[in-house]
Amino acid sequence: MSVKIYIPGDSGALAVGADKVAMRMAQAIAARDLDVTIIRNGSRGLFWLEPMIEVETEAGRVAYGPVKPADVDGLLSAGLLDGGDHPLCLGPTADIPFLKRQTRLTFARCGITDPLSLEDYRNHGGLAGLINAVAMTPQAIVQEVTESGLRGRGGAGFPTGIKWKTVLEAEGPQKYIVCNADEGDSGTFSDRMIMEGDPFVLIEGMVIAGLAVGATKGYVYTRSEYPHAIRMMTRAIEIARKNNILGPSVLGSLHAFDMEVREGAGAYVCGEETALLESLEGRRGVVRAKPPLPAHKGFLGRPTVVNNLISLATVPVILDKGGAYYRDFGMGRSRGTIPVQITGNVRYGGLFEAAFGMTLGELVDDIGGGTATGRPVKAVQVGGPLGAYFPRELFDTPFDYEAFTAKGGLVGHAGIVVFDDTADMLKQARFAFEFCAIESCGKCTPCRIGSTRGVEVIDRIAAGIEPEKQKDLVADLCNTMKFGSLCALGGFTPYPVMSALTHFPEDFRPVPMSQAAE
Amino acid sequence: MDSRHLDADIASRTEAIVGRLKPLEGPLLPILHDIQAEFGYVPQASLPVIAQGLNLSRAEVHGVVSFYHDYRETPAGRHVIKLCRAEACQSMGANELADRLLGLLGLDWHETSSDGAVTIEPVYCLGLCACAPAAMVDGEVIGRLDADAVQDLAMAVRA
Ligand SMILES: Cc1cc2nc3c(=O)[nH]c(=O)nc-3n(C[C@H](O)[C@H](O)[C@H](O)COP(=O)(O)O)c2cc1C
Ligand code: SF4
Ligand code: FES
Repeated sequence: MSVKIYIPGDSGALAVGADKVAMRMAQAIAARDLDVTIIRNGSRGLFWLEPMIEVETEAGRVAYGPVKPADVDGLLSAGLLDGGDHPLCLGPTADIPFLKRQTRLTFARCGITDPLSLEDYRNHGGLAGLINAVAMTPQAIVQEVTESGLRGRGGAGFPTGIKWKTVLEAEGPQKYIVCNADEGDSGTFSDRMIMEGDPFVLIEGMVIAGLAVGATKGYVYTRSEYPHAIRMMTRAIEIARKNNILGPSVLGSLHAFDMEVREGAGAYVCGEETALLESLEGRRGVVRAKPPLPAHKGFLGRPTVVNNLISLATVPVILDKGGAYYRDFGMGRSRGTIPVQITGNVRYGGLFEAAFGMTLGELVDDIGGGTATGRPVKAVQVGGPLGAYFPRELFDTPFDYEAFTAKGGLVGHAGIVVFDDTADMLKQARFAFEFCAIESCGKCTPCRIGSTRGVEVIDRIAAGIEPEKQKDLVADLCNTMKFGSLCALGGFTPYPVMSALTHFPEDFRPVPMSQAAE
Repeated sequence: MDSRHLDADIASRTEAIVGRLKPLEGPLLPILHDIQAEFGYVPQASLPVIAQGLNLSRAEVHGVVSFYHDYRETPAGRHVIKLCRAEACQSMGANELADRLLGLLGLDWHETSSDGAVTIEPVYCLGLCACAPAAMVDGEVIGRLDADAVQDLAMAVRA
């Protein structure tokens, strides 16, 4: 029997040389005349160990990493194919603490299977949810999702079941499922990992959504910054079509569903659902006023479910194991699991899926292992560029939508960016305004103009020009943006700005002249 | 080819793309992506052809092209470096690396070197935030960038 070696094809692994490792491995295998199959899996999400390769042994999979091309020959000589010992050996993959401590529901297969093998997908529990759904009424599917307590993972945390119910009850000649895979938040990559590592789970989730609301067409809108994900997703859709998971007769039933991938063109605001729909229709990505809700008048004016990719990719496990199973994880009104992305200046950066309720401190210090530079953690930004900066004093905040809101922050798409004590929070506040100015869709004055004013005011603080007066100006400006903006780009930019100012006032004091002159 | 012939050539190739993608729901972005893939930018001469094909005004098409950061109105250099400037990369020193790279190339953001070798653009997150700082060079992703890697990159794109 051919031995299986797994070398990830995830962008995060490719970015640190996985292709070169795979190439060297293929050459070494040929030279040694070994019977080995190389599988390009997704990533397990332990990015500090990438490229992390695995070998399938009788005792299960054994991991090695981070592997450089020059390590390949030594690994083979050390008995890689039997899980032999080597300085890079990490032991059985399943026992690596970072993985062992997770509860993987949405990411159950990611990094384990060959992303484009339907056989692998089925053998690891794939399609079980869809098989159930095909035999259910739309109302029963919606009920199951409602019962699971699943809330949108795109940022706002809106209950997915309620959204689906609205679309189910809406009348229209054609309804749509739109997957929001625009993932523009810094510190996030969970959507990308699914598209590259387990694309069938998204397809399955979208088909189930289609059955639930009576939609027969779906779109995955993703970013042009994700070319590899686009390639994988497109190929997976073709495979699903050939195997009657998509097409006129889903799994041989009377239901039809088909889907395609659409690529954005570099505009953060197109992650906002109505701007996304404008973009999908071929217009400028300008935010629409609500109402009407996309659920009533969405793509081409027809009833449309717009859900984040992780929301949709979580539906299959809910339909497989039941809403109650999923709901039993988590805390408060935050049910189930959340794939947290631990990033930035952190020692063990990666994807950590766990039930809601872990504290920020556990995630950063314990799981993340503190900073990569070894310096003290100064701040973490949670929830992307519109999320607040948290100081250490707030590290007891549990991962939970309501708990984060109560502390003036947001969970968002669950990205955490860690900064060490060299970070200058004035610069971070300035960047928040700058980013808003660059990405504003231009519809509201407070967002379009206020953000540019904000940069100027921060620059005056940095220069020591009447700093107290400028700080009041920043607060005023933030207030205007918060209440005068149509969407969260202008409306939430005050979060990073004001949290930096409130929690790190020392960074906003004018630099004493003697130091400034240095 | 003189400019009139060039425009006619662009128009006919654009027409083929429009004809192929027009049946899509919301065909404009897919058309613009294909045009940029075909020519390396979105030529002015394409706009009237698209407008006519989709029953839009030329101004509407131009408005869409100008809204999105991705579409170029002039050709890029032979190599395109997209360096991430977003927060996770900042936390790992991306700003300093950017200054260094811009200095080595003698360029500012969005500029193309006079020999046409390289264009440098900012990008706000590549989804490689756990292997920051990150960049994309000619469509290939690079993570864990450091000063040496930036030096090599500057040499490689100039070679
Ligand atoms: C500026 C802005 C950017 C956004 N970007 C994204 C994004 O990249 N992905 C996403 O799923 N939601 C994003 N959202 C939220 C969407 O508008 C919307 O709430 C979400 O797609 C709904 O899906 P969910 O209920 O499954 O979360 C963004 C919102 C704003 C205001
Ligand atoms: S807040 Fe900004 S991005 Fe949002 S709609 Fe207004 S101008 Fe557009
Ligand atoms: S912030 Fe640079 S890759 Fe995400």
